[in-house]
Amino acid sequence: MMMRMVLQRLGIGIATLFVVSVIVFVITSILPGDVADIILGQSATPETLAALRAELGMDQPWYIRYFSWLGNLASGDLGISKAGGASISSLIDSRIWNTLIMAGMVSLISIPISIVLGLWAAMHPGTRLDRIVTFGTLSTISVPEFFIATIMVLIFAVKLKWLPATLYLTGNENWSELLKAMAMPMITLVIVVSAQMIRMTRAGILNVMSSPYIEMAILKGVPRKRIILRHALYNAIGPIVNVIALNLAYLVSGVVIVETIFSYPGLAKLMIDGVQTRDLPLVQACAMIFCAVYVILILLADIASILSNPRLRHPK
Amino acid sequence: MEKEVLVEVKDLRISATSDEGVEIPIVKGVDFNIHKGEVVALIGESGSGKTTISLASLAYTKPGLHFAGGEVKLRGDDLLSMDPLKQRSIRGAKVAYLAQSAAATFNPALTIGEQVTESAVLHGILDQEAATKRAEELYEALELPDPQLIGNRYPHQVSGGQLQRLMAAMALCGKPDLMVLDEPTTALDVTTQIEVLKAFKKVIHEENSAAIYVTHDLAVVAQIADHIVVLYSGEVMEQGPADQIINRPQHAYTKRLMEAVRPKPIAGLGTDVGAEHNRDTDNLEVREVTAGYGGNVNGEPKIPILKDINVSVKNGHVVGVIGESGCGKSTLARVMAGMLPAARGDIILDGEKLEGSLQDRKLSELQKVQFVFQMADTALNPKQLIGNIIGRPLEFYHGLKGKEKHAKVSEILEMVELPPEFASRYPMELSGGQKQRINLARSLAATPEVLLCDEVTSALDSIVGANVIKLLTNLRDKTGVSFVFISHDLSTVASFADEIVVLYAGRVVEQGPTDEVLVPPFHPYTRLLISSVPEMRIGWLEDTMQKREMAVGISRGVEMTSVGCPFYNRCPMAMDGTCNTTIPPILKLNDGHEISCHLTLDQLNEVEADTRRTLDAAEA
Amino acid sequence: MSEVIKNEDEILAKLDAFAELPDAPPKRKLKLSWVGKLASLVVIFWLVIVAIGPSISPHHEMDMDGDDSFMVAHDNEYGSFYLGTDHLGRDTLSRVLYGARNTIGIALLATLLAYSMGITLGILAAVKGGWIDMIISRINDAILALPSIMLGLIVIAALGSSVPILIGLAGVIYATSVFRIARALAQDIMVQDFVEAAHARGERIWWIIKSEVLPNAIMPLATDFGLRLVFVVLFISSLSFLGLGIQPPASDWGSMVRENLAGLSGGIDLDGNTVTSYAAIWPALAIASFTIAINLIVDDISAKSGGSLAKKMI
Repeated sequence: MMMRMVLQRLGIGIATLFVVSVIVFVITSILPGDVADIILGQSATPETLAALRAELGMDQPWYIRYFSWLGNLASGDLGISKAGGASISSLIDSRIWNTLIMAGMVSLISIPISIVLGLWAAMHPGTRLDRIVTFGTLSTISVPEFFIATIMVLIFAVKLKWLPATLYLTGNENWSELLKAMAMPMITLVIVVSAQMIRMTRAGILNVMSSPYIEMAILKGVPRKRIILRHALYNAIGPIVNVIALNLAYLVSGVVIVETIFSYPGLAKLMIDGVQTRDLPLVQACAMIFCAVYVILILLADIASILSNPRLRHPK
Repeated sequence: MEKEVLVEVKDLRISATSDEGVEIPIVKGVDFNIHKGEVVALIGESGSGKTTISLASLAYTKPGLHFAGGEVKLRGDDLLSMDPLKQRSIRGAKVAYLAQSAAATFNPALTIGEQVTESAVLHGILDQEAATKRAEELYEALELPDPQLIGNRYPHQVSGGQLQRLMAAMALCGKPDLMVLDEPTTALDVTTQIEVLKAFKKVIHEENSAAIYVTHDLAVVAQIADHIVVLYSGEVMEQGPADQIINRPQHAYTKRLMEAVRPKPIAGLGTDVGAEHNRDTDNLEVREVTAGYGGNVNGEPKIPILKDINVSVKNGHVVGVIGESGCGKSTLARVMAGMLPAARGDIILDGEKLEGSLQDRKLSELQKVQFVFQMADTALNPKQLIGNIIGRPLEFYHGLKGKEKHAKVSEILEMVELPPEFASRYPMELSGGQKQRINLARSLAATPEVLLCDEVTSALDSIVGANVIKLLTNLRDKTGVSFVFISHDLSTVASFADEIVVLYAGRVVEQGPTDEVLVPPFHPYTRLLISSVPEMRIGWLEDTMQKREMAVGISRGVEMTSVGCPFYNRCPMAMDGTCNTTIPPILKLNDGHEISCHLTLDQLNEVEADTRRTLDAAEA
Repeated sequence: MSEVIKNEDEILAKLDAFAELPDAPPKRKLKLSWVGKLASLVVIFWLVIVAIGPSISPHHEMDMDGDDSFMVAHDNEYGSFYLGTDHLGRDTLSRVLYGARNTIGIALLATLLAYSMGITLGILAAVKGGWIDMIISRINDAILALPSIMLGLIVIAALGSSVPILIGLAGVIYATSVFRIARALAQDIMVQDFVEAAHARGERIWWIIKSEVLPNAIMPLATDFGLRLVFVVLFISSLSFLGLGIQPPASDWGSMVRENLAGLSGGIDLDGNTVTSYAAIWPALAIASFTIAINLIVDDISAKSGGSLAKKMI
């Protein structure tokens, strides 16, 4: 039963990836109209247009182009960047690790913080500290990421002068320099992601806390600590794991803003540059990577909530 | 000799605080005592404060309430003024709580065993090993299957009746001085209720534990209580020994409560129908209907609910449909109303065949057959004024508008005994009984020929429900409407219906005039139902357990079968090789009384005489 | 012996006269805490600015009247610059006031678009069911499978950015979540007994939608409108911040933050010293005050749950 549901979700996940690739392809390759026209612009003559179209495969029907693009994508050939003609794979390769390292560090810091704070707030609802946490996190999720980032710059770079406002990495930095460079974007992302996670963890626990079985535990004389850690947490674990996965997916959009504002040389910055110069092959490739990560994380969230459901784990 | 006083409740006051900060008293100075080994029943209708009072013995109030005065002394120590840590050490150790719904109070993520032993181990009463052993003994005493293994299971893996008994084990594991039982059998079917009641009574007796039993059901109280406290709106109306309260009630309110208890379902209760309505023609007829859900495969529903049903409703008659939950009573009404098209068979109204589904029926046909939903709470749109709710059928079927409609709405409100001002209220502003009347009024506004009432009194307090039944009787006499009255409560059906249809697992096992169905010979299932209806008589539980059908009938569940008799697995007279293989024939008796059974009339009569002898022997 | 006999007549009179207590007190008015009231004032303030902002601005949003870039507050022959100037010497206060119309106005239009699409399709899917529901729901799932910012980025990469594209884009992206909510709500309501009663009466589907479904869906949808508006404001201002939203020289809070970031460490005071210019902070605060206020109101009117039992733990 449970295995079947997990497999079913996996199947849906693969189908979703496929659909996402179609959407990305349609928007970036068909919506803009004639790419050859865009590339050549004013200098286009009918002959050069035809030649470029043939070179780009534009004379083929769209589904053939789609499948050849998908095939190339799967084999790691991401095409050639319009700007500079560099291979997209090599462009991405140099950037993707920066983004992954940052996302990893942010997760490592924010997950424990969020769970502890969320649990703590749920255990003491209505106290002053709970209200501060609630108000603080609500405010944080209400404002754009760039607002947090701007405030960070104002405090740490302009007023305290501890950290650089923007950075220009050459790739030869040692660890401490790299860490200093990453500090501001990381702090920003940790704040943004944790706020959401704290709220959802707190809400998840409180939701469980209003169940009749919690009242029963109180009436059985079970101490507060055990009620939270055994009775409530065991039921909230599914929602919480779900929250974590969802918020790591949320990092995708946070990363875009943060890398831009701090000029952090990651994948998102590469993509934004691509959008600004309308380098469609590059945008296509980056978008597919981000979307794939997003879909996979959502899938993990889904599977986690199946695995943590006692009714499914212990069937009749 | 007076027994030792265990709990002393003195001038207990509990209040709620409204949004505006105004204090609203909920419990207004209640006094009573509980002696060692005594079961004290708190009875009252919703809003009487009975649950709130019972929780006070755990020094607990529901969120939003607080103690406003008085004391609750356990062996002389006041629980309410105790230090919170000490209060915690009382809960689950000295005083244990059993809630109404075990399904909701068991934590779905932990094993049953952990939850049953948790409180005994946490309070240091027993170590884990001893607690597990004690739990197993309790499982055995409560007649639960597989006592050694059931503790390893999760709550969703056992049945509702079992879970209810497991909750008793959870309460008893730490050997408490006092158990608080909050309506522990209310949500159960009658046959399951008996089984649970029996188990509770047995362990309370064996453990010599005192108990507070909270319920609205006087018949249940009569079986289990030593002392009864009658509550209304947070005050004690009357209290005294069970025998005195039940047999010689003093207070008018207690008497009123007693009146609302339906008498035992026996012959002679069905009223004679006024001659002017009694045209003895079929008003609505159900012929060979098979129905179910999930679409049809080869003319058979994927999930079958009803099988080969034949029922006819005569003009101006009340047909009561009875059966346990899941037997298909509501489905039958839905098929009649056209909300669920039958897979096979016909519905005939005034001699005309009706189309199966709503879309294909004519407006005049829809108007003639009206369905009254069980829960007025969900059947009335919360965003519509009562006037619009009742006015819509008037406008829709009869084209009434403006003043005319308004006048008619007032008239209909009067018919259901509500003031005309109610037209400008929202459903939220009405009580449960009033909402149910509006629900009825909407159907009456269509001026139907047949009213299908689906459990219209089950969600109501007994006095309110009794009033609704009185209203229905009046309406029938005044309007000549035919009723199909569906209920799980045999007593209610018996007091109102002219004919009774007994459904079991989607089949009619017995039907006929009320007076015929309620006297022997019975179908074995009808007998089980009749024997399971609690009587307001001390000692009834013990008596009824003597009966042969109880031993087999109450501990087994309903199984849908496609061959043979569906009641086979619960029938004390079942014949292997016949009952489980062949569909039973229909035994035709007087006045259209029909029993669907393999036994002959003589055999059925013989069983009856046998039961009589057993009972007489037990009495002697 | 019976101990207590109380006011029998009174109680019986109550029972006879239908003095049954109503299940709920008469309609509760919408009550806001002081935080909620304050937040409402902030939201109303910004909505007024959307309406009259340009007419009360001391300068035009595009006039480079200031004495220099990133100047602190000062006066000159063109008037007063209460919040200083931006990177092109334009009046920051005027641009914040003008920007309200672009940022909030466009977001409102996009949210309204999302709502009209989402509710129509959601109710259609819930009421019709079957293959119509299948098709709309699958398309919806497909759009939801992409992070909204990614979808925004690739569409802008393909089509460029303009106000109609932004409104359409945000409208479509957020229509997906409105669709989900409206569909779920309508499905919940459609299986309620009172809708079934209407069906059984023979009512037409339009009457059912109009009289039974919509009145019950309107409050939850209204609450959600606030949340959705916040998301759209954040979405559009983030795109603007990336330089992909509302295009210069029009003022918009998101792009104003981006344009003036350099001023944080590069402002000039009246004596020509380098100081902090807050030209980037004011529009950021404007967005924050608007979005936080809406969320606070929504938080205030949403039912609070769960906390009460937790207080009972010892």
